[in-house]
Amino acid sequence: MEVDKLLNTEVRVINVGLRAFAQDLESRKSPVVHVDWSPPPASSVKFGSLLDRLGV
Amino acid sequence: MTILVNEVRRGFYMDSVALMRISRSVGAMPGVKGAALMIGSVTNKALMRDAGLLGATGEDAGPNDLVLAVRAESEEAATTALSSAAGLLDKPPSVGQGASEWLPKTLDTAVQQLPGANLVLISVPGEFATAEARRALRRGLNVLMFSDNVPLADEVALKQEAQQRGLLMMGPDCGTAIIGGTPLAFANEVPRGSIGLVGASGTGLQEVSTLIGRSGAGVSHAIGVGGRDLKEAVGGITTLMAIDALDRDPGTEQIVIISKPPAPSVAKRVLQRVGESRKPVTVCFLGVDDMALPANAVLVSDLRSAAERALGGGRLPWSDRPTVAALAATVGAGRQRIAGLFCGGTLCGEAQLMLRRAGLAVSSNAPVTGVATPKEAPGAHRLLDLGDDEYTVGRPHPMIDPSLRDDMVRAAFTDPEVGVVLVDVVIGYGAHDDPATDLVAVLPAAAERGAVVIASVCGTDQDRQGYARQVGILRDAGVVVAPSNAHAAELAAELAGALAAAGGSSR
Amino acid sequence: MTDIASRIEAANREAHRRMLGADPVLVDVMLARDAIPNLPPRTVLHAGPPISWERMCGPMRSAVAGALVFEGWASDLAEAETVAASGGVRFEPNHHYDGVGPMTGITTPGVAVLVVENRAFGNRAFCTVNEGMGNVMRFGGNDQEVRDRLAWIAGVFGPAVGAALRRRGGVPLKGLIARGLTMGDEMHMRNAACTGLILRELAADLAEVAPADLGRMLRFISGNDMFFLNIAMAMAKAVAAPAHGIPYATVVTTMARNGTDFGIRLSSTGDAWFTGPAQMARGLLFAGFTEADGNPDIGDSCITETVGLGGCAMAASPAVVGFVGAGALSDAIGYTRSMSEITVGPNPEWTMPTMAMAGVPTAIDVRKVLSTGILPVINTAITNRQPGRGQIGAGIVNPPLECFQQALMRFAEVHGAL
Repeated sequence: MEVDKLLNTEVRVINVGLRAFAQDLESRKSPVVHVDWSPPPASSVKFGSLLDRLGV
Repeated sequence: MTILVNEVRRGFYMDSVALMRISRSVGAMPGVKGAALMIGSVTNKALMRDAGLLGATGEDAGPNDLVLAVRAESEEAATTALSSAAGLLDKPPSVGQGASEWLPKTLDTAVQQLPGANLVLISVPGEFATAEARRALRRGLNVLMFSDNVPLADEVALKQEAQQRGLLMMGPDCGTAIIGGTPLAFANEVPRGSIGLVGASGTGLQEVSTLIGRSGAGVSHAIGVGGRDLKEAVGGITTLMAIDALDRDPGTEQIVIISKPPAPSVAKRVLQRVGESRKPVTVCFLGVDDMALPANAVLVSDLRSAAERALGGGRLPWSDRPTVAALAATVGAGRQRIAGLFCGGTLCGEAQLMLRRAGLAVSSNAPVTGVATPKEAPGAHRLLDLGDDEYTVGRPHPMIDPSLRDDMVRAAFTDPEVGVVLVDVVIGYGAHDDPATDLVAVLPAAAERGAVVIASVCGTDQDRQGYARQVGILRDAGVVVAPSNAHAAELAAELAGALAAAGGSSR
Repeated sequence: MTDIASRIEAANREAHRRMLGADPVLVDVMLARDAIPNLPPRTVLHAGPPISWERMCGPMRSAVAGALVFEGWASDLAEAETVAASGGVRFEPNHHYDGVGPMTGITTPGVAVLVVENRAFGNRAFCTVNEGMGNVMRFGGNDQEVRDRLAWIAGVFGPAVGAALRRRGGVPLKGLIARGLTMGDEMHMRNAACTGLILRELAADLAEVAPADLGRMLRFISGNDMFFLNIAMAMAKAVAAPAHGIPYATVVTTMARNGTDFGIRLSSTGDAWFTGPAQMARGLLFAGFTEADGNPDIGDSCITETVGLGGCAMAASPAVVGFVGAGALSDAIGYTRSMSEITVGPNPEWTMPTMAMAGVPTAIDVRKVLSTGILPVINTAITNRQPGRGQIGAGIVNPPLECFQQALMRFAEVHGAL
């Protein structure tokens, strides 16, 4: 199970949203990459459900 | 009238792109009709000639020389432009802005940058959170979704998808988790140990995990499930997966489950799963103190009891608890009411339970079972959850910025009915840098308060704010600091009872 | 992942694998009529998506007129315009014949083309020989000087270089471009290093096969930093072609503009072009020119971006980024990083020293373009709207978003995903 792997290996975090959460992890030297997230562009909103089905 | 001015620098070379940039900024100066800085090659001179920028001086330049040419409306404008061009030429190249680190913009590139990533922490606005979570799950990544305001149907769909993939979907509205010692979102540095926690409440997990940590024991994992996981519609999908995982986890010797009272059908399923475990389980459905449980499980009704049970059953001590009489003596005449001002929602709930248990009339904007709203019971003791939506629209949660509470704390002391101010101070990751100092700053001088301030601090000494340091700051300001939120509420209730008795009033 | 999503992933990985697995070799220089299979008679190949004479921009019309005179299909430029306007010749994109051409991209049977063979897949691609700067056909030049130069390239230079190449079995380009990337070229706006490298490769053989014309030929190459661009373009076309025609792949296999429209093609949607209006490039203009002098975006040269070079490889070429910003290395790296958001993956053989030898981001995924809103960045020369005046600046340009929107809709139709 993937869950078990999570509980038994080092947590490696991708942070999408509040920068502070990533900074907190950085401050204790936990591996983290912060994503410079922005709301989806108009191009994506229009095609949102199609893009979702196509896997992005 | 147009003035053409040329200047030649012999034996000067600069990259043509850099020269074009300077030409452009000089050309944009007031009164300038055209400008060019070019090396005096044959082709360049032809270009400048065609553009009406080459004079006799410039014609004389060779391929190792730089021509500065300006055509302007006046002598003055031309001279100013030329000297500005010279200034730009001699300026040392800038290091360039934006030399800061680069951040990936999508999950896919983030995964490339962090091989072996296994969890995505999502805190984008609720309307966008579902799409991000789905991307994460499809890439085989566990999710902690801090975002709230996610449609219930989305939550169900995400959790079902996660379940199919064997992934953990913590949240939406999951404020806290500790996975393998790594605190995520609003969480504390708690020593590792053998107690596994599953919680639908963020501050509930924080309170129990820090009580465990401060007592010298430790936590294997604290898995947040989100506030709605135990609702009928969601069916406890994440709670059940978390129990499964902790049951299999060799590092977890016992399990504590923390939640508001679940939907009966969900409670049944959760308890059935609990019964299949060989590990001892403590079940805390806040406020529920009567429920049939499997043999390996014990029911507790508040957070402190959950921690006590997990720690072996003894009561958490409060050695320097002040006497109620001593505290009552400092309260102004006629002041009998408790004003509870909480940052942590579940801490507010637990305090309501304590007051209710003491037989007091309680009201709250986030009432637990059996508690009225302030509107329904305007004269009752009032415990407010300041993290509730009504207070946080357009501003940060009071755990991040407790100043939201400042005005209400000040107002409590000017209210002639308030004899006890009950507060929580939450520290750890995500929380304010020094909430105790922030709180103390708005308290009136101890002699002028007329009301007792009772607080508890949720955190550990390993948190950057430091548990002991926060407690010290509060005590120095004359605040009574209890060893837990429940202790604080209990003392407040006793004191209120004593004040009521002394005042001859019956609430 | 849904079934279609995993098929797309697999197909895109295959498209990426094919691009990376290419082995492009510059093998010959030939006349277009001999090199390009099935080229119909009286055909003028042009840059970009299909376009009629009526909709062609000034420089392209002008180049067409010059080409008709060059081919002897008209006796002078005025007659040439009449012939072109009255359906006397057939217009087709270079891309329909495995070809590419910079700017106007005009290719007719009698001009010389570079031949690049992709030895891993057995396909060939073609591009005209770069004529130099200024009054040249790719910028719409069409006078006697331009036509004489084309004749010299077709009759003297081309045959000599072709013989030199055949003599040594061709020049493999993958490694040469890898070196160029470490020397500051991104192979679209900057080709100075690779021009030097190819000159070095060819010089000795040229001296032996054509000693009489050697001086002029070497000066022709060394006097033009952009000489290698056309080789890079034929190379890129040869690399991109095998990635076309993979069902379910959402990878872009063609990007091209004709000065009026920008067009793209997708691996899995056959010959269909998805077009939108060609944009104006943003950048720096040479002295004496204004935005109003610029022609909308034109040329097949963005085939380089299609295979991970040009704007995708901006980090390799900080000198180029100066055209659009402060020229800081971090800006250049930023462009490349943003291209990694919309591509399938890096090319580990084409690496950039400024990014710790990370590979250039390769194979643009139309899904990612739309979901991120990040458009491909194309490094480009800006051509004068007035025919034959040449380049007036350089900068960057993006394809219009609607190309990608149309492409995705067609993809969804073709693959039953609507």
